[in-house]
Amino acid sequence: MQQGKAKIAGNGIAIGPVFEIKTQDLKVSDLAILSIEDELTRLQAGSEDALEQIKALIDEQGSDSAAAEILEFHAMLCQEDELLDPARELIKQGGINAAVAILQAGKAQADEFKALDDPYMQARAADMLDVSQRIASCIAGVKLQTKPSVRSVIVADDLTPSQTAAFAREHVAAIVLRQGTLNSHAAILARNMGVPSLIEASLPLNIDGKIMAVDATAGCYYLEPDEPTIVKMQQAKDDWDKEQLKLFALRGKASIAPCGHKMLVCANIGSPDEIEFALDNDCEGVGLMRSEFLYIGHETYPTEEEQYQAYARVATTLNGRPLVIRTLDIGADKKCPYFELPAEENPALGLRALRICLTRPELFKVQLRAICRAAARGNILLMLPMVTAVSEVQKAKALLEESLRELIREGKACTRPQLGIMIETPAAAVLSAQLAREVEFFSIGTNDLMQYTCALDRQNSSLAPFYDPHHPALLELIKLTARNAHAAGIWVGICGEAAADLSLTNTFIEYGIDELSVSPSRILPVRAQILSSDAECSNRRGSEILF
Amino acid sequence: MQEITYKITDPRGIHARPAGQLVKLIKEYAADCQLGCPEKMVDGKHLLSVMKLSLQQGDSLVLQFAGADEKEAADAALQFLQENL
Repeated sequence: MQQGKAKIAGNGIAIGPVFEIKTQDLKVSDLAILSIEDELTRLQAGSEDALEQIKALIDEQGSDSAAAEILEFHAMLCQEDELLDPARELIKQGGINAAVAILQAGKAQADEFKALDDPYMQARAADMLDVSQRIASCIAGVKLQTKPSVRSVIVADDLTPSQTAAFAREHVAAIVLRQGTLNSHAAILARNMGVPSLIEASLPLNIDGKIMAVDATAGCYYLEPDEPTIVKMQQAKDDWDKEQLKLFALRGKASIAPCGHKMLVCANIGSPDEIEFALDNDCEGVGLMRSEFLYIGHETYPTEEEQYQAYARVATTLNGRPLVIRTLDIGADKKCPYFELPAEENPALGLRALRICLTRPELFKVQLRAICRAAARGNILLMLPMVTAVSEVQKAKALLEESLRELIREGKACTRPQLGIMIETPAAAVLSAQLAREVEFFSIGTNDLMQYTCALDRQNSSLAPFYDPHHPALLELIKLTARNAHAAGIWVGICGEAAADLSLTNTFIEYGIDELSVSPSRILPVRAQILSSDAECSNRRGSEILF
Repeated sequence: MQEITYKITDPRGIHARPAGQLVKLIKEYAADCQLGCPEKMVDGKHLLSVMKLSLQQGDSLVLQFAGADEKEAADAALQFLQENL
């Protein structure tokens, strides 16, 4: 038995034989180059063959499915002159075969889509590559599509949109990818079909036919599991499937405890593509969108336009539900080389988050301007991390006002977002009465609040025995913060890991917490807990949260 | 010339499927079509150019039709937008 970890792209548990899809090398450059006319004919024939293949796939799918939607788009692309004309031009220049020409044209279009600021359109680059590869393989006479004929765990490096769309639902037990992204079609369709799926899995090569148990609730897999593991996983699968049915019945319900306390159960997301997953799980908003995805892994600072597009895309997708954007929170364990931050002895206590933003206001204002512009497009709230003093909030507010004035002067559409802060340092919790007069909401970050209150390094696994998520000091600070928030008439949420801890839900209801923000897969379990809670709220805010 | 303006209400914006349907509909008419936001207009018969506008909910989409059947084309496009976007 071999086991490993991976990132979850769709929840669930499955056991089945592996059906491995190998990335095929098209070798189109070996294809003889015919006359220009013949190559143009080949291109035309190849695109027509590709269209026929796609139409056949659509017929197998039924026209209402998400898979059919992708395939219909591909059918249009096969006939799209904006894809074919550049290939025709290349052929007319001579010295190139039709297959290479269409691959180059597809790559050029894909690059244009990748360069757009809108994350949805960036992801369409995969469609351009997929269709051009299909046409090229038709020209080369290679059959691309393979699919299982029995229920299997599909394993691949990555799947093209049309490969995923072609699978018959009943033959897909799970999807496990060595690469893959959350926003890829493979991941979206897997969630759409309710198929457990893992991405970024470190798997051995050539495992076709071997049995695999996929645990996409814990984010791990077992290859050739032993008998006890199979029994354990089968039981876990049955329990999970039953539980899931119960939870899905809670979609569309408000999260109101029997005592009358109403909460909002929102999602924590780390990038725009996670929003679909959050909506599938019926999030009532996004209580924490980490903005680091725009910075980490990039070569240089993201532009205002890039940030604006990404925020606006999530806000409009939420269609009126609130979106809380946390401003830049790098430093400590989140590194970003081009910031050229000095090495620190104690990074957790160092130059990070809001401290960087206030030290480098020109940088911070790019983000503030992007958020104010996006706020004109949807229900956006702005949240500052790592606050320790009232003066920090006042400085940030002054920069926010300055950004708004600039935008108005430039004639750009913008709106002042509701402003809130994270309560994640003991200083902020202790000062919450004063801070509450400066802002419109609080969100308690329990992970850092725990680390700073109990002086326990989060990254140090040897401290695990000392880590108590129910530590009375932490709970007292949460209670104090909630009281001070409500006394000032503002709302208070929790966005740390404790928010999803079902053994604390009753406590949070008693404290009168207004909002819990959790990872998308935890939304419905938390709602179930609220709906069946016997807690009595003793700190009701008395009015609906006005997001 | 016929010009129409439509504010997009669909939370997903002009995503792949409606973009495809809109372009297909525009192609059914002989009239030339330029569409986009006032700062950037593209040929309404070119699917990829239309998609690359990245139009989202709340954006105003302007469509200009010029040609013998411009009135019919504009009417059909407006009806499609109202029903789908």
